[in-house]
Amino acid sequence: MADYLLSLMTFFPLLGMLFVLFIPRDNDGLLKGFTLAVTLITFAISLPLAFDNVFAASGGMHYREFYQWINIGDFFQMNYSIGVDGISLWLVMLTTFIMPIAVLSTWKAVEKNTKGFMALLLLLETGMLGAFVSLDLFLFYIFWELMLIPMYFLIGIWGGKNRIYAAVKFFIYTAVGSLLMLVAIMFVYYYAVQAGMPAENGFGIHEFYKLDIPYNAQYWLFLAFGFSFAIKVPMFPLHTWLPDAHTEAPTAGSVILAAVLLKMGTYGYVRFAMPLFPEALPTFIPLLATLSVIGIVYASLVAMMQEDVKRLVAYSSVAHLGFVMLGIFAMNMQGLAGGMIQMISHGITTGALFLIVGFLYERRHTRLISEFGGLAHKMPIFAAIFLIITFSSIGLPGTNGFVGEFLALMGAFEAGLRWYAVVATTGVIFAAVYMLWMYQRVMFGKITNPANENLKDLSAREIVIMLPLLLFVFWIGVYPNTFFEKMNPAMEQLLGQMQSKQVAMVDVQQPTIAKLIEIK
Amino acid sequence: MDANLVQEAIQNVNLQAIMPSLVLCGFGMVLLLVSVFSERGKTTHIAWLSIIALIITGFISLNAWNNPQAGFADSVLLDNFATFFSIICILAAGLTILMSDAYLKREGYPIGEYYPLILFTTAGAMWMASGTDLMTIFLGLEVLSVSLYVLAGFFRGQTKSNEAGLKYFFLGAFSTGFLLYGVALLYGVTGTTKLAGIAAYVRSNPDIVNLNDPNMMFIAGGLLLLTGFLFKIAAAPFHMWTPDVYQGAPTPITAFMSAGPKAAAFAALMRITIVGLEGMHADLTALLWVLAVLTMTVGNFIALSQKDLKRMLAYSSISHAGYALVGLVAWNEVGFSGILFYMLVYTFMNMGAFAVLVLVGKQGEENLTLEGLTGMGFKKPFLGIALCIFLFSLMGLPPTAGFTGKFYIFAAAIKSGYVWLAVLGVLNSAVSLYYYLRVMVFMYFKDPQEDFSWVSINAPAAISIIISLAGVLLLGILPGPVMEMAKLAGF
Repeated sequence: MADYLLSLMTFFPLLGMLFVLFIPRDNDGLLKGFTLAVTLITFAISLPLAFDNVFAASGGMHYREFYQWINIGDFFQMNYSIGVDGISLWLVMLTTFIMPIAVLSTWKAVEKNTKGFMALLLLLETGMLGAFVSLDLFLFYIFWELMLIPMYFLIGIWGGKNRIYAAVKFFIYTAVGSLLMLVAIMFVYYYAVQAGMPAENGFGIHEFYKLDIPYNAQYWLFLAFGFSFAIKVPMFPLHTWLPDAHTEAPTAGSVILAAVLLKMGTYGYVRFAMPLFPEALPTFIPLLATLSVIGIVYASLVAMMQEDVKRLVAYSSVAHLGFVMLGIFAMNMQGLAGGMIQMISHGITTGALFLIVGFLYERRHTRLISEFGGLAHKMPIFAAIFLIITFSSIGLPGTNGFVGEFLALMGAFEAGLRWYAVVATTGVIFAAVYMLWMYQRVMFGKITNPANENLKDLSAREIVIMLPLLLFVFWIGVYPNTFFEKMNPAMEQLLGQMQSKQVAMVDVQQPTIAKLIEIK
Repeated sequence: MDANLVQEAIQNVNLQAIMPSLVLCGFGMVLLLVSVFSERGKTTHIAWLSIIALIITGFISLNAWNNPQAGFADSVLLDNFATFFSIICILAAGLTILMSDAYLKREGYPIGEYYPLILFTTAGAMWMASGTDLMTIFLGLEVLSVSLYVLAGFFRGQTKSNEAGLKYFFLGAFSTGFLLYGVALLYGVTGTTKLAGIAAYVRSNPDIVNLNDPNMMFIAGGLLLLTGFLFKIAAAPFHMWTPDVYQGAPTPITAFMSAGPKAAAFAALMRITIVGLEGMHADLTALLWVLAVLTMTVGNFIALSQKDLKRMLAYSSISHAGYALVGLVAWNEVGFSGILFYMLVYTFMNMGAFAVLVLVGKQGEENLTLEGLTGMGFKKPFLGIALCIFLFSLMGLPPTAGFTGKFYIFAAAIKSGYVWLAVLGVLNSAVSLYYYLRVMVFMYFKDPQEDFSWVSINAPAAISIIISLAGVLLLGILPGPVMEMAKLAGF
């Protein structure tokens, strides 16, 4: 079983999707129940990964599977090569964990064309899991693009008023970036083959890690990969698709978009762009760090001024991912660990926030802050949960948000990105301002709008959806070691591998830029 | 040809080398007779007999796989390359016929000659793919073109079909003139029309293609020859006929033209450039570089503003010819095989898309516009999903064949160092996303205004859609074996 665990986990949702296609389209309950079962089973399949101590013991790839897939001799070869290490482990777990929650969120929200919605959700899950476990760039690219298609339809068919614009924008932004990455992938492959890489390796990243690509080529390759991932993260100024997509997407779509899809970008940097082209990285760090910091401050300021709760949360997403990026670019253990944990906790917190917005929207069919006010009187349980999640989003100590942001900022501060870290810290303050202000306007005060008089508190289903998220808010906040101990070996290995290459380079060229990173 | 050559050709009769097209022509003539003796308006049996003819021809063609047959004083060579293209043309013809029968009845032209004409076109396409002499290639081209002129104008009561047929005929005849003039000039310089002979002449007189002091007659001949074929594959700036002809011709014929005959024209273009004009390849690739970029850019940008679906697919077809030309620019084995693979892929995805349109159209097809598809996805789920998959494939998104096909071609460009060409190619794909996505926007993101009750899915058309779907998905997910075949069939 362990031999095929990852494949089983990745393709189980796809199998489920094929069955969904044969369920009668008017049987709403069966469609939702079946999809929920499929996602829960997928989660169960992935659970052994979370409890496996092998990740704490060594940083390499585990649960590897390797089959020859396409072999046309000296033309090109691709392999079905998958595996998981400490870096992808928690992202995989986050995906399988968030999916049942997303399905549950559709119970009341999705009423037209349920069949299509469920089929697309399952297809999306296969795409996301596949992208996280791929160790062959060609395979990765297939899953990476596969994610686009279901999301496009989720936004376009079940989205809000402006859905067509948002869906097309989402699709084109993301696809343009990845097309350039495709050219870069082919280039790396043929470079590797010329450099004597055995053709059987195909597009396997571990052989690519070992290449000594000349600096000039790395520069362009990093640019192509980095551009593609930066759109996905999204980094300022490529972020404009995100508020539109988030605002228009149905709740389940927003949850998945925030929790998992955005992580593809940051994960792409950690897994591909940075370790593949470590020598070009220092050149870009000032630019990337600057954009991250601009993203944090700018998105926070914009979030403050939003009138729509969902748009506010969307902009807060941009800011939070800025912290992730800053932490990663610090290139030290604290920064990377902070970035990684922030990815997970952003998934949980922002996912929860979108669910909360969804609860409000289902009750009132509006998301405008001005329409609400005083809800705490009518919805005490909701108010408590919302408050906890708000604190987690602000990064209050004891919640998950604090751990990631703190480590990321500390890492950046120590790495020589000191002033970047200082400016970024203002983002934490802004976060408190926009989140608390929004919370206050929605929940506190007197009920001024009569439409809010008869609002019902959360139902049992809605509480069940939120409980697991709350559990992880505190778990990561209080005892993040559960997660770190399995991440650390993989991150150490990654940093060691990149730094050894950079050290080799420092003597030759670019000493001033390389100084930006403390090389141990 | 002097007497010796004629004698040599007669001694060199090798029926094996032309067997597939011979059989197909035989069937075509028999079916013409059958249609004469059939009751007026009854054509279904002719359609099925044509399918059987194509299947038999397919098996005969496969006989020559890894078993090349040359004959007629080396003016015909049925090798893997020719076989691969023959199979593509047979597939295209078969899919066309499957989607045609109900369509012809709906449009009011159930005329039996339609099917034999498709068979003759296919036979001509097969000659083009297997010709190694400019004369045999020309012969194939003419058989193909004349049949297609008739087919394009087949709906003789419809003005736009007449316009399509006439326009195609005039411009086609014009381009044939160019082509023949080119052949004459090349013959004048080299004294032969055989591709191998021309190449040998250039090898022994390399100065004639030295652009500093070239033999203008040879260069002009080569360029005129190329013009003829670039017209047939609808490469810019010789693409002007495409939109009108594609829009006006009967939809299955439009589908067929964009797949079968185009593949055959690519086959001939490839053999002529790779074998015959090998000596001037350095300058040729520079020229083709420009043409490839121009073709895909023109196709994609004009397609952006199209509202008529057939017209949009016509421009999309132009842009796809541009992508395929990239394989020729790359000038390596990967690229040559890539074109073969791409033509097969394109056949599946384009025929599939047209098959859906054939079913969705009302009589007269006024509704084949973007607006006409509003809400179609929900009313006709099977056709909707199928069209989506074909469109994703045309975009080049995984896991469809369009992606693996483009990958094959662009990988070849990168391998030869044409990074910028590959970048321009993928940016063009990015442009194309918009107009393909827009079809889906209308199909799914807007509420249906009509109930699409006129759409009845008939079995043959459904089969052609399912075959195309299977091809698109199989070549997208497990392309290995067919890519390997394309490798064996390449140069």
